[in-house]
Amino acid sequence: MLRYALSRLISLGASLLVASGVVFFALEIVPGDPASYMLGMNASPETVAALRAELGLDTGALARYLGWVGGMLTGDFGISYTYRVPVAEMIVDRMQVSLPLAFYALFLSTAIAFPVGIWAASRRGSLADSGVMGVTQLGVAVPNFWFAMLLVLVFAINLRWFSAGGFPGWDKGFWGGMKALTLPAVALALPQASILARVMRSALLDTLGEDFIRTARAKGLTRGQALRRHALRNALIPVLTIIGLQFSFLLAGAIIIENVFFLPGLGRLVFQAISQRDLIVVESVLMLLVFAVVAVTFAVDLAYAAVDPRLRRRG
Amino acid sequence: MRALLTGGGIAGVFALAALVSFFWTPYDVEVMDISGKLAGPSPAHWFGTDHFGRDIFSMIMVGGRVSIAVAIVAVGIGIGIGVPLGLTAAAQRGSMLDELIMRGNDLVFAFPALLIAIMITAVFGPSAVNAIIAIGIFNVPVFARLVRGAALSLWTRDFILAARVSGKGKVRISVEHILPNVANLLIVQGTIQFSLGILAEAGLSYVGLGAQPPTPSWGRMLAESQTMIGFAPHLALFPGLAIVLAVLGLNLMGDGLRDLLDPRIRRVRT
Repeated sequence: MLRYALSRLISLGASLLVASGVVFFALEIVPGDPASYMLGMNASPETVAALRAELGLDTGALARYLGWVGGMLTGDFGISYTYRVPVAEMIVDRMQVSLPLAFYALFLSTAIAFPVGIWAASRRGSLADSGVMGVTQLGVAVPNFWFAMLLVLVFAINLRWFSAGGFPGWDKGFWGGMKALTLPAVALALPQASILARVMRSALLDTLGEDFIRTARAKGLTRGQALRRHALRNALIPVLTIIGLQFSFLLAGAIIIENVFFLPGLGRLVFQAISQRDLIVVESVLMLLVFAVVAVTFAVDLAYAAVDPRLRRRG
Repeated sequence: MRALLTGGGIAGVFALAALVSFFWTPYDVEVMDISGKLAGPSPAHWFGTDHFGRDIFSMIMVGGRVSIAVAIVAVGIGIGIGVPLGLTAAAQRGSMLDELIMRGNDLVFAFPALLIAIMITAVFGPSAVNAIIAIGIFNVPVFARLVRGAALSLWTRDFILAARVSGKGKVRISVEHILPNVANLLIVQGTIQFSLGILAEAGLSYVGLGAQPPTPSWGRMLAESQTMIGFAPHLALFPGLAIVLAVLGLNLMGDGLRDLLDPRIRRVRT
């Protein structure tokens, strides 16, 4: 197990290293110099040169890449070209919206999908099962940002239960923040819950056909008992993998949903940075998101191997 | 079979509407009519008009062109690059090349389509081509993994052994024997990636990373409708329904195709 974890950890590090190279050098070929862009067209060459030196743009690409990677390892993401504040501060600030939003949505999605999937599987072929399959088929097809707009129309504009957007900040109280994130989280969660419920159902149906379930029934367990005590545990393995995958989708989805609700998260930060050519911010946010995806994949790989020893042999 | 026909029918209607829009739309989508702006659905304008007085039904017809084109080319990129990679990795199982391809796949997998799109847009500026490239790159590892997995089990089969004994090389076996046997999988996965492509394109256009004005696209119509949703909800309703229906149709079609082409998994639907 330890050897497996170590080999996965090495490949995680290698992925991140290659990814950082791809991100940095892709954005290095961007036409236009951030320093002249910041100072406008009328800046004198001397001022531009001074700013270039201040931002560290006068050194070679490789030196700046190494400096950037080295800085990130110690929590120093550089200075924003536009706002002249440390990028790390901006990111930490915005993560306080994006990360809770993604976790909130993940929680909702799981909390909805598990009972629904189990319910449908235990009543396979019934009207309830068909209903769940139909609704989730529709749920998979709904774009989350459109669903978010419909939620705003119904719950913010017509019913006035929630505000249509904005974020009060956690310092104004936990529940106010949670309330502001509720509609966005629901919008993110429902399409994911549809997928997860379908995976849960089919994983359960797969295990319900196994011999050990027949044995459990033969020794006198009811269908429901066999499902809860034996099938559910075994069905959880594929379901956990999907949950891990969904986290990266939720993080990326959060970036889009933030636009619907005018939430000051990572998504708004990165789109603003693109239009202002604040490349250091774009690079850092991209790396952070890639890191999140790779780290979650790593955690799922480990959890998977912990549950199923057969998987430790080949990564 | 019913799913296939229903889904294929819905997808067909969208494809037809997009094709017809090249020759004819009820109204010209580039002509504005400010006096008739923000009108609700009526016999003259089935889905109403937008804030410039443009006919929404016509815009949805034209917008379908972008969605379908982006999704088709993105699936083409995924198959065109991913399938040869998957075939090669399986044929050279366990080699450095196999390892390299699979690690490369893992790496691309760490970049959701949205991140690739953000990166490309930061470099080249926003356009529909960026959306195609971003979604296309995202599709490559999907097809590479699918083909490698299926091909690996095929390589252990007797008919492949027979082909090797008859002196065929790995490339020839991959093309003549492996490829035809994974074609069904490709058709099913291609349909699924097509529907995911439409969803992804809509999302990218919505945040401004896809098709640019004045080209109508479903995602951008939704973005523009957002500030007016309080008093003109029909602006947001119809483009959204178009996305849902198109994706639903393709998903049903994918399910139907899978049932039709792979009878082994017919019993348990996911």
